[in-house]
Amino acid sequence: MYHWLPFWPDTAAVNALPVNNLFIAELCLSGLIMLTVIGMMVTFCVRYRRESDVSRANLVEKTWHFEVAWTAATLGMFLILFVWGAAIYIWLYQAPAGDEEVYVVGKRWMWKIEHPGGQREIDALHVPVGKTIRLAMASEDVIHSFFVPAFRIKHDVVPGTLETLWFKADKTGTYFLACTQYCGLQHATMQGKVIVMSAPDYARWLTEQGVHESLAQQGEELFRAHGCSGCHDPNSTVHAPSLVGLYGTMVHLQDGSVRLADEAYIHDCIFNPRSFTVAGYPPIMPDFSGQIDEGDLLKLVAYIKSLSNPEGTGR
Amino acid sequence: MSVTTVERVPQGGAPVSVEANYLTAEHTVASWLLTKDHKRIALLFFASITFFFFVGGFAATLMRLNLATPEGLLQPAVYNRMFTMHGVIMVWFFLIPSIPATFGNFFIPMMIGARDLAFPRVNLASWYVFNLSGLVVLYALVLGGADTGWTFYTPLSTVYANGYVFAAAMAIFINGFSSIMTALNFVVTIHRMRAPGMTWMRLPLFVWAIYAVSVVMLTATPVLAMDTFLLAVERFIGIGLFDPTHGGDPLLWQHMFWFYSHPAVYIMILPAMGVVSEIIPCYARRPIFGYAGMTIALMSIAILSFFVWAHHMFVAGISIYSGVFFSLTTFFVAVPSAIKVFNWTVSLHKGRIVFDAAMLYALGFVLLFTLGGVTGLMLATLAVDVDVHGTYFVIAHFHYIMVGATVSAFFAALHYWWPKMTGRMFPEGWARFAAILTYVGFNLTFFPQFILGYLGMPRRSYTYPAEWQSWNLLSSAGASILAIAYLLPLLYLGWSLIWGRKAGANPWGATGLEWTTASPPPQHNFARTPVVALGPYSYNPEDGSYITQEGTVHAG
Repeated sequence: MYHWLPFWPDTAAVNALPVNNLFIAELCLSGLIMLTVIGMMVTFCVRYRRESDVSRANLVEKTWHFEVAWTAATLGMFLILFVWGAAIYIWLYQAPAGDEEVYVVGKRWMWKIEHPGGQREIDALHVPVGKTIRLAMASEDVIHSFFVPAFRIKHDVVPGTLETLWFKADKTGTYFLACTQYCGLQHATMQGKVIVMSAPDYARWLTEQGVHESLAQQGEELFRAHGCSGCHDPNSTVHAPSLVGLYGTMVHLQDGSVRLADEAYIHDCIFNPRSFTVAGYPPIMPDFSGQIDEGDLLKLVAYIKSLSNPEGTGR
Repeated sequence: MSVTTVERVPQGGAPVSVEANYLTAEHTVASWLLTKDHKRIALLFFASITFFFFVGGFAATLMRLNLATPEGLLQPAVYNRMFTMHGVIMVWFFLIPSIPATFGNFFIPMMIGARDLAFPRVNLASWYVFNLSGLVVLYALVLGGADTGWTFYTPLSTVYANGYVFAAAMAIFINGFSSIMTALNFVVTIHRMRAPGMTWMRLPLFVWAIYAVSVVMLTATPVLAMDTFLLAVERFIGIGLFDPTHGGDPLLWQHMFWFYSHPAVYIMILPAMGVVSEIIPCYARRPIFGYAGMTIALMSIAILSFFVWAHHMFVAGISIYSGVFFSLTTFFVAVPSAIKVFNWTVSLHKGRIVFDAAMLYALGFVLLFTLGGVTGLMLATLAVDVDVHGTYFVIAHFHYIMVGATVSAFFAALHYWWPKMTGRMFPEGWARFAAILTYVGFNLTFFPQFILGYLGMPRRSYTYPAEWQSWNLLSSAGASILAIAYLLPLLYLGWSLIWGRKAGANPWGATGLEWTTASPPPQHNFARTPVVALGPYSYNPEDGSYITQEGTVHAG
């Protein structure tokens, strides 16, 4: 079954509204430009066709006034579109601290989702309506792209880095989720659903998943299993930076640069520690790339983040 | 046409050349395969790219057949190979060489009053290198198959893809040298071999466009050679440039690839702009509006095209401030394009317009280019790009530019210069029908894809949710019309070679130097080097008269 000629996607998130408005404005402007060009072309073609006898005297070959005016007008119009689009882009791509955090791993050819409470799902993402959802996204293999048309959001998920993205759905319902970066044979089926639920429904859904361990708790186990705690435990004798209260602070590195300790920073430090030696510490941390997969890494990130919560070990 | 065909009256009583024309001068196969005549090499290129156009078109036909239903027709692996083949062949083996290597090769020397290109042997070598790369690409994509898409994004192409990626990369590597040789030849020829009196500001706009595109080719194509070389090395021995598990950066590939491939988009469109700037004044029988502005616009597009590449990467995870910078430069590059659209349209004002096939194709070009342009503005707008990036919206946009505009201009050039190249007239009615059919078929194929894109249909997908079938079916139907429109000229142009009416030297009453010599041109173009007296496009719409660039006045 299909709808006869769908024209417009759902608009179901706070993010989607300004993008949609900008798109409509650009559609109107494009229509105006097309109408002007077509109008001029048709008028001239009819009026000045070979068979017509109208006067061709005083032909204009060039007028700098006209050309400069037209150029300035186009440039001015383009600059307005530029500023409008850039302002929304900066807003879309700076993820605020979320009401809920969700971890997303792209893997050929599925989306693996992990909720902080430890709930896991594949090719489906359940979220509560009206809450800011912060996504931390990583890829196990190639570049994928996380795209929800109804929310007008998209971000590539590049292997070797961690990307953050946010949205705030404002309508309950089920929305299409796709991968828009070609990722191999079954790219076309790397699709899923985002299910936006009311707060009580969402709370019920979370409890129905039968999970005993939160993501941070799972991360803590990995933290011990991989020996991280040997050095980073506050009681350790090895001179390594403490991770308590790290998340969200500014870190001074050996090379003089300063980085915000966000999810991406923690991710990069574990997979590529030599590039992120903290000022005042010896570069002795081993490289864990290839030993920990992206799914486990996200659990470690969740654990390290939880060390900055007032409660100590997360939710 | 009401304009009388006037055979060239040689000035100063010089004897009319009795030299045989370039087609009949020699008859052996070797005389073609070893020719140093730019006109014959142009025809050799024409044969090669026509072949590749239909190979690429065949892949597109299979894709549209597959997408007519969500269930599809092809195996996923076959579909993925088809879109890779379509992209690689259409970009490097048709669009990039299309207008420069055929019409540029044939007409640049003739339009500036030269007897050949500066380096005829390099020109011939360029055709052989092109065919060599063509053989490798056929081996890679037809016999083997690669399924990475024409953009070869890492680490998919270097670590995960199974097909003949190495061979495809090598084909593109070799192909680049053909581009470089052709471009070098044009730059030197245009600088050094202009006839007396042919100053820079008297050059036809087609020559300016080819000059601009040659500069871009010369500077950008070596980067492509580096890209494909590094890709091959990475795939072969895994040096880890683009592989994050070896400390590489996948985005490095995208930066390097688009640093070539965005200028390449202008390599595909600039020559088309040049063609249309020749045709509109000729059939509107009036000078082009704002000649100087047109040359400035061409050169600014060529230069600005190097500063916009990361607009392909707004959602790839580049810094948001880079995104802002590249969005701004992209808006800047749209300004000269807007000037050109305006000037073409105003060039119809107070004309005495004839709607021959070449003109219909050219007017189609302007409309399709404008729609491709305004949707390009949407893509340059950061927030809108976040939404439509990687969807069919992008597919529709660049097909409006690269197929709608460039291929229309290619056919416009073909019809405009066909009598000069072959000495025969084609049946005008059929040609006008094909031009209109192209326009209708094209819009029917690609307009629905804008809507599909905004609905969220991802590109490079062999299947899609069922509610999008109506638009896809419409698009496939349009594609079948477009296929007929592209095949038709093959028939009536082929027919004209044998049965077509003989063409005079200047059947359209055009002003360029190429029309002052016989059709088909003699082996060395001009009996005597022409002396140029005035700029191009001296058409007078009041009485239909015109003056060729060497100063011969023709009554209307």
